[in-house]
Amino acid sequence: MTFALFVEQLLNGVQFGTMLFLMSAGLTLVFGIMNLINLTHGSLYMVGAYFAVTVLSFIPNFAVAVVLAIPLTAVFGILLDKLVLKYFYARSHLEQVLATFGLIFVFNDTVRLLWGPASLPMPLPPSLDGSIELFPGLIYPTFRLVVLACGLLVAGCLYLLITKTRAGMWVRAGANDRAMATALGVNVPYVFTAVFAVGAALAGFAGMMTAPITAVQVGMGEPILILALVVTVLGGIGSVRGAFIAALMIGIVDTFGRVLLPDAIGSICIYILMVVILAVRPAGLFPARG
Amino acid sequence: MKSHTRKLPVLPVILFVALASVPLLASWLNDPFMIRIFTRILLLGVAAMGLNLILGFGGFVSLMHAAFFGLGGYVVAIMAHHEMYAEPLFGFIPGSSSLALTIPAAVVVTALFAILSGIVSMRTAGAFFIMITLAFNQMVFYLFVALQEYGGEDGLQILMPVNLFGLDPANRTSFYYVCLALAGLTWFGLSRIVNSKFGMVLRGIAQNEGRIRAIGIEPMRYKLTAFVLSAVIVAVAGALSVASQGFVSPADLAWTRSGELVIMAVIGGITTVGGPLIGAAIFILLEFFISDLTIYWQLPFGLLIVFMAAFCPKGLANLPIPLRNFWMRPRHA
Repeated sequence: MTFALFVEQLLNGVQFGTMLFLMSAGLTLVFGIMNLINLTHGSLYMVGAYFAVTVLSFIPNFAVAVVLAIPLTAVFGILLDKLVLKYFYARSHLEQVLATFGLIFVFNDTVRLLWGPASLPMPLPPSLDGSIELFPGLIYPTFRLVVLACGLLVAGCLYLLITKTRAGMWVRAGANDRAMATALGVNVPYVFTAVFAVGAALAGFAGMMTAPITAVQVGMGEPILILALVVTVLGGIGSVRGAFIAALMIGIVDTFGRVLLPDAIGSICIYILMVVILAVRPAGLFPARG
Repeated sequence: MKSHTRKLPVLPVILFVALASVPLLASWLNDPFMIRIFTRILLLGVAAMGLNLILGFGGFVSLMHAAFFGLGGYVVAIMAHHEMYAEPLFGFIPGSSSLALTIPAAVVVTALFAILSGIVSMRTAGAFFIMITLAFNQMVFYLFVALQEYGGEDGLQILMPVNLFGLDPANRTSFYYVCLALAGLTWFGLSRIVNSKFGMVLRGIAQNEGRIRAIGIEPMRYKLTAFVLSAVIVAVAGALSVASQGFVSPADLAWTRSGELVIMAVIGGITTVGGPLIGAAIFILLEFFISDLTIYWQLPFGLLIVFMAAFCPKGLANLPIPLRNFWMRPRHA
């Protein structure tokens, strides 16, 4: 493996990892605070991408489309929470799994009805479509660098929001001990809504940023949902810091596994990693509840 | 004075008589496709009953049972594949198209995988368990997608006809009765297990694992045994299902299939042994009829699942309870 190839794969891995983190940040908080297993998180990823493609067809400007589609996805997430998921907070995990699994069926078919069964391309503006020579021997697609930069930027903002602000303190308190946080005067329903909206926006953003690389299609969020669940479990449920580290780890291990190992092992190496880590630390790397 | 009258299992007897008459009805209606649908119902019903040992009676929501189903199927298909090309598996295991040999092989392979995955996943509970089993399911899925030798994403066609003690699964009616016998055996066997001392401990774990430990029983052995047993039942159903269809692909072990098995079990009622069989029948017939009406069958179907989760989460077998609660609810709280 040459140095250039190594750097290229490392960039790919970190980029994949940051996208995974955007997905898992919402998932881990929703689970940590509301105790809700939300399998529709992958649908939010898909819906975000469809919103962006639709806005793009009216306003042919990539940045504007993404900026407009993010609040749309957040509103969609709030509606989903208020109309359905709210009623399942206090129910058993089995009922939550059933309801959100049924909702995946509903969303997939609704998207198929509205946008058609064929996958949609998400065209990039010429300024982002090319490649850049990072150093002699390594030519890297510009858009992947943009995704990487955006992902790290959002992750950094989220980190500051959660560790340095009062709202972030409420969220951490909620994830750590909901009853105690309520007793101390945190407006938990308000925090719920805010967390759900931010989680939806992050998942939608991840979908929009991945869409130009893959394509926008029905069910696109499901494989990434399960990887995000793996990240959540590995990082420790409710821990954003754990999710970040686990997401980068999964992204890098998966990318290098596929390059270096034989196919059959390379495609499952992240699950083997998960098994090994959980065998040593059953509650994940950084459990939020001590 | 305690009465020892044994309740006659009226419902199961009626159900099995009805199921046994399906081939007659099919030939009378001249609708051979009906036998195939009901074969599918029986096999998925067996799988759902097997899943329910750990789901309903053990209290563990497993989303990896499609992996066991597919694993059982892949063992049968791969062994037949190696028999056809007359090249031993790993260089020393001869292929076989005899289900009498390959189903036990499927059981052994699945049991080994269930022990390994169970040791890791059974140490956790609740949401962790759900997410870990989901990950295990994906692991098996991507493993078979990556195995180009066995068709990869496209799946593996069984070109060498398999047989069960000489019976060809293409003989639909006879094969249907084999599946019916398996369903009956599973129902009977699981009833015995659930009502045994082992089953009592298992149900106790579902209610309160701490108390079981407090009375001096180590729960892990019981949980793991139930998990492996449940996996093996599902694998046998998967093996027969693949033998009947002559084809297996990674789609058979997608995580959504695991979710569908859970839904079947819940529709029928997870507090009963036979409920999941009825749930499988309802699920498959609904899917069949709604998809006949519209290509957007997932939309009404998904809504039905959401409503069931909201209003009738204990399944049809327990429907009288919410009704009773509704009628007998105190008017003033």
